[in-house]
Formats: sequence, structure tokens, C-alpha cells
Amino acid sequence: MNQQKKREIVIPSQLLGEVKNKKAGRGTFVEKGLIYSEILGILDEKSDYINVVPIKGRYDPVVKDFVIGIVQEAMASSWLVDINAAYPALLHVNESPWDVDFGETEKYLNYGDSIMAKVLQVDKEKKLQITLKDYNLYKIKGGQIIDVEPSKVPRIIGKKGSMITLLKKYTKCRIFVGQNGRIWIDGNDVDIKKVIETINMIENESLSFGLTNKIEELLKKDAKDVR
Amino acid sequence: MKSDIKLFIDGKRLDGRKSDELRKIKIEAGVLHRAEGSCYLEWGGNKIIAAIYGPREAIPRHTQNPLRAIVNARYNMAAFSVDDRKRPGPDRRSTEISKVISEALEHVILLEKFPRAAIDVNIEILDAEAGTRCAGLTAAAVALVDAGIPMKDIPVACAAGKIENQIVLDLGKEEDNFGSADMPLAISPRTGEILLLQMDGHLTQEEFDKAFDLALKGCYIVSDLQKKAILEKYKPILKEE
Repeated sequence: MNQQKKREIVIPSQLLGEVKNKKAGRGTFVEKGLIYSEILGILDEKSDYINVVPIKGRYDPVVKDFVIGIVQEAMASSWLVDINAAYPALLHVNESPWDVDFGETEKYLNYGDSIMAKVLQVDKEKKLQITLKDYNLYKIKGGQIIDVEPSKVPRIIGKKGSMITLLKKYTKCRIFVGQNGRIWIDGNDVDIKKVIETINMIENESLSFGLTNKIEELLKKDAKDVR
Repeated sequence: MKSDIKLFIDGKRLDGRKSDELRKIKIEAGVLHRAEGSCYLEWGGNKIIAAIYGPREAIPRHTQNPLRAIVNARYNMAAFSVDDRKRPGPDRRSTEISKVISEALEHVILLEKFPRAAIDVNIEILDAEAGTRCAGLTAAAVALVDAGIPMKDIPVACAAGKIENQIVLDLGKEEDNFGSADMPLAISPRTGEILLLQMDGHLTQEEFDKAFDLALKGCYIVSDLQKKAILEKYKPILKEE
């Protein structure tokens, strides 16, 4: 699709267009009928919208996102979990799969534990709630967690998961990509190393075209047996 | 202040500049790894590092604002930044500068996007040679953009002043010490709004207007340098294949 379309970096306060012709999308603001960029990012002009995709920045939680969190604090009937957002997220015992007695939260999750979770609620004050009550959500045991820029996550997953399927196919790793820029990888050491290397490469070259094919060739070259 | 030093020699200033010339400015974005955003800036003899942390939950909790974020700028001069060792730690001067810079930045950051949060802006003066508050604010602005924080504009600052009855742009060290007025100005270059305006010394109405126009002109020059520095840092990721 839109191959060879020129990509452009925009900085805050850069003039992008007029409200007359286009609609102001994400990462933009309108003043006196003119559309400006509000963040450092890459210009993305759809037919009638002007969006700016951020290059850097904190994870902005959206309901139903799958995230990887690290427990910060165990309280009497809830946990505080760091999900890489500006605020810690609350995980209430009712949202956990266990039957936790009052004051015994530490038996199940304690400081430093990692969990896969889903964002349950984001309110106006940006108070966050997450839940463990969904398919495939649990406490993480073993493996490794790496951090990437949250804005690069869509690229690592690929179109309809193409990139991540590729990674899983050529390495014998179990991979879970959280929308908040944390990636959990489990497998043997050699494979984990390869996955991390590949992900770093995807992150660095996230803007080049035909990246999926390039990565596939690379993985094919040193993969001995394909699952 | 009267002095024996002549600040003008054959129409040129001590460091050979013309009256409407800036000192040499070098800006580099994204120099620190652990900070969300950072900037290193050299402005004449000033050497400054600015680092951004956050947005993160504001602590202590009573400082939180349920509707918007707060900006904590911290201006700090290193003990070795001036000729005589400066006693480390916050003092009256740095507290004031921290406050005015915080307020200038608050006007351009889209604070409503981060209720209850705090954005920490640390400005460290490694080497000082007059005009550090302008340089600090300029560096902080670049660091904020580098951190990916949504902003309405990239603020910029520049000073003008009066030495030997002449209005000049961007005072150097001797000019600041022995000149008769110094006026730092920070603006939002897109709209031309004033974010910071201070003055020390005396100027007549006409002199003030002249100094103001000169500082404004300087701001726009520095603003272009800021934008160039940011683009230079992020251009390489666009390289194709």
C-alpha cells in the first residue's frame, strides 16, 4: 500500500493545514482555524484526517489494551501496578483470578512480580484500573521482559500480527507484546537473544518500507529448523 | 555600575561582536539515556544540560491538580560553574529562576492531557557566562520536545541590554557585570506571546522599546536553531533502506 509516500518529521507548533480542508486528528491541535502539530512525530495524512504519530513519549492507556505490568505495592485489598503510564494502575482483588483473603494480597502477588493484564478502566482523572480476568492473563513466571518505545509496538506486531507471527515461527520462543511497550519473551537463551536482536532492529528501522520481508529473510538465513 | 573597563572598542564589543549579534550557540537534543528527554546547549561560554522526567504522578500528593499537570522546573548552578566556587544548593536567585521558568513552560505545555501528574524539568548549569536563565529555558524547551511531551509551541528566550548608553543584544559576562541594564525575554515564537520578561537596571521608554525589539529578533534566531537541532537528531530515522 501507499508505497514510497514521503514521510516527514514534524515538531510541535508546526503548521500542518487548515480546518477547511482537513480534519484534525491525533497529535494535533486547532487554533484560529489552523491545524498545528502538538508533538514530535511523523506526519500521517489520511484522506480527510491529519494525524501525527509520536516518536517518543509515555504510554497512554486505552481500555482493553493488553499490557505487562510490574507490581509496585501490595495493599490490603488491591495492588498498585506500574504499567509504564504516567500513573500507577490499580488491580483490585475482585479483578484477580484468586480468592484472596483481606490483607493477604502478598501471598499472590508481591513487589517486583510481573503480570499480563488488561486495562479495565480509564477515567477522566486518568485513574487506571486493570484486570487479570480474561483469557490468557496471568502472573509471569520465567522468561525475560524488555522495554521498547510504546509508539513502536504496532510495528513490532505488524499488520494483523504478521511480524510477531514471523518471530514466533523462526524462533522457538513464546512472546507476548504489551501495548505499553513491554515485551515478554520465554524460550532458550539463544533464541531469546535472537528475538531481542531482531526486535531492536525492528525498532531502529521501524520507518523503512518492506521491513517484514527483510526480517523474514534475516531470520530464515540462520534458522535451522522451522516449526 | 561605573567601571574602568571600556566595553566598546571601535564600534565592536569586547568579544568582537556587533551590537546586534548573538554569541555562538550550539544545541544538541537527546544526550541522556535515562531521562525521557534531554538537551545540551552551549551559548557563548554557557554550558547547560536540561533533562525531563515524567509526566509521572505528582508527589507529594497535595501538590496534585485533578485537572492538569504541574511543572517543576529546577534551575541549579554547579559549584564549579563560576569563577569563585558557588556554594551548592538552592539559593534565593535559583529559586526565583526556577519559578519563572516553570511558569513560562506551563503556558506552552498541554497540561490538561496529564491530570494529577508532574513534569520535572532539571536545568543544570555546568558553566556560566551571563544569560543562563535564557539559555536554561531554551535548553529546557528542546528537552521537552525531545521527551515527546505535547506542547503548543517551543518557547525560546534571549536577552538584550544597555552598555555605555548603547542597546545591545545578548550580553556577555563583562557587559552584564559592568553594563547598565539587562533584560531577558522569553516568547512563544508562533504567537509572539511573552512568557517571561524581567529587567535589571534602568532604561528609558525609548531604550526599552529598542531593547525589546532587539531581544525579540534574537529570540527568533535562536528559535530556528532549536528547531534545527531537533530535526537533526531525528532526521536519521527516516533514512530509507
